[in-house]
Amino acid sequence: MSNTVRKISIPIISVLLGIIVGTIIMLITGYNPIDAYNALWYGAFGEVYYTGEVIRQITPLILAGLAVAFAFRTGLFNIGVEGQLIVGWLAAVWVGVAFDLPKVIHLPLAVLAGAAAGALWAFVPGFLKAKFRVHEVIVSIMMNYIALHVSNYIIRNVITDKADRTENIPPSASLRSDFLAEMTDYSRLHWGILIALACVLIMWLILEKTVKGYELKAVGFNQHASKYAGMNVNRNIILSMVISGAFAGLAGVMEGLGTFEYVSNKGGFTGVGFDGIAVALLGANGPIGVLLAACLFGFLKVGALNMPLEAQVPNEMVDIIIALIVFFVASSYMIRLLLDRLSKNKRKKGEK
Amino acid sequence: MGLMDVLLIVIPSSLLFAAPLIFTALGGNFSERAGVVNIGLEGLMVMGAFSSIVFNLTFADTFHGWTPWVSLVVAMVVGALFSVLHAVASITFRADQTVSGVAINLLAAGLAMFLVKLIYDKGQTDTISYGFKKIDIPVLKDIPIIGELFFSNTYWTSYLAIIIAILAWFVMYKTPFGLRLRSVGEHPMAADTMGINVTKMRYIAVIMSGAFGGVGGGVFAQSITNDFTHATISGQGFMALAALIFGKWNPLGAMGAAIFFGFAQSLSIVGSSLPFLEDVPSVYLLIAPYVLTIIALTGFIGRSEAPKASGVPYIKGSR
Repeated sequence: MSNTVRKISIPIISVLLGIIVGTIIMLITGYNPIDAYNALWYGAFGEVYYTGEVIRQITPLILAGLAVAFAFRTGLFNIGVEGQLIVGWLAAVWVGVAFDLPKVIHLPLAVLAGAAAGALWAFVPGFLKAKFRVHEVIVSIMMNYIALHVSNYIIRNVITDKADRTENIPPSASLRSDFLAEMTDYSRLHWGILIALACVLIMWLILEKTVKGYELKAVGFNQHASKYAGMNVNRNIILSMVISGAFAGLAGVMEGLGTFEYVSNKGGFTGVGFDGIAVALLGANGPIGVLLAACLFGFLKVGALNMPLEAQVPNEMVDIIIALIVFFVASSYMIRLLLDRLSKNKRKKGEK
Repeated sequence: MGLMDVLLIVIPSSLLFAAPLIFTALGGNFSERAGVVNIGLEGLMVMGAFSSIVFNLTFADTFHGWTPWVSLVVAMVVGALFSVLHAVASITFRADQTVSGVAINLLAAGLAMFLVKLIYDKGQTDTISYGFKKIDIPVLKDIPIIGELFFSNTYWTSYLAIIIAILAWFVMYKTPFGLRLRSVGEHPMAADTMGINVTKMRYIAVIMSGAFGGVGGGVFAQSITNDFTHATISGQGFMALAALIFGKWNPLGAMGAAIFFGFAQSLSIVGSSLPFLEDVPSVYLLIAPYVLTIIALTGFIGRSEAPKASGVPYIKGSR
């Protein structure tokens, strides 16, 4: 079995295993899996409105996935995408409601503000990792909670006067489009999907076509070798986190300027940042893989909302399946071992 | 309001919030000392909280006053069983431990809410009628001042947590088992050469962390929220992880940090009714545990170092 086939087969097998175990859980708990999957499919593709919502959901998932994947390529685990997303969301909406500018300036400014906020939030764990060798996982988890509480505070006390959400952003800062909305029966689909697709291309370009990208990957493969080759490892670590954070901030921008058009007090995390980990993992940390994985998860998440209505199956079933997929991808050693056994058996049979 | 009155409000509520953090942080302590990072503490707490509330509601008529304690044992068992998943993935299948922990969190959140909807046909459980009750400790409560501050109007679980933390410290630093546990986390190859079964030790440690995490969740749900919803456990597991690191991977340190974080949490809730603090925005108290943990890690107040082999799967024969 060639290497490429194997690389592709691990995520596919993981997804299948996740669905199989999910089906078993439904059978044990007395739900009808066929009804559930029918409802899931209809909830995603049955009506053009649903499909619009699927693409809308895919948008932030792509960006969150890119954020996790980009850091992974430099050997860093950015578990702080959630926090970077929250500050990106906040900054974009803040710029949206605070200024009154023509759209050509206002919209790019708001988008960039979100990306910058995410980058800044990711700079902290990157800097501490480079400077003090502090593990980025712990710092970024802590930064998630700081982001949550600080953004709630700013929304309540700085942007508004004790309100639970900001007012809607003006059309000059919005990513919403009448054209896309009309086309999809007034779903919340917005132009953000183009930004997300552009970022897929940008990540590919940075990693595959620039010297800096080569350096970033080299640091991910072997820090010491890169250092002896004359690369500045610390600067690359910080840069990688900052770019990753910018992607994460943009994921927040999608929610702030596209889906919701406001920012509200949050009781807990959005979950998109953590889903980004699943997306990156399933997509093997490559831009195209992330795109495909985001499509799968976006389809599952939106389709799931139809499951309680049509099949009386709680939509958490899909969360369980996604968690199982993550498990199986993470345990790919087991799958690889199985594949090895299988291909060895085949070879033996061939010899006979 | 005098100082005494303030303390009378703050100390019991600090201990109340600290108890679940102490249990969960101790769980993380065992796992990480054995070299397995456990980001899944949050998920283990979710399973503990969920199972204790469901058991409590179902069997309240059988056990009456003892219900919360029996439920706590159930939470412990469920947490331990659930953590086996993390152990299998991260030890046997050599999964990235952080990723496997994330999967535990995702799975626990999904599974618990799925089961709540399956059992109760709605998004949350009813409120339990037998939670942990406030008590005055006999004899000790009669000590002047101290008795009033520390031994009245509190919960058994807080004292249990402190006693278990001391026991855990003893086990980890004064017994052969503890020595083996730590050696597996510092230098598994050396431990293996000395005849210690690395895989077995790590399994035991992860399952212990599951048991402790389950208890933490059970204590939290049965003394603070008294029901189970998707928001019952929202970050306590990660705060326990912070306490563990802030306490430098030492049970007593983790306990101290957990009490301090419990103090910060209770201040952020009752602070608005206290003098001096009413003008301080609660956001500072809310983020204090996290900011302090980052500062502790960077070494401004005594660097905290993780066990050396933490997060690295042990593969026999590799250097």
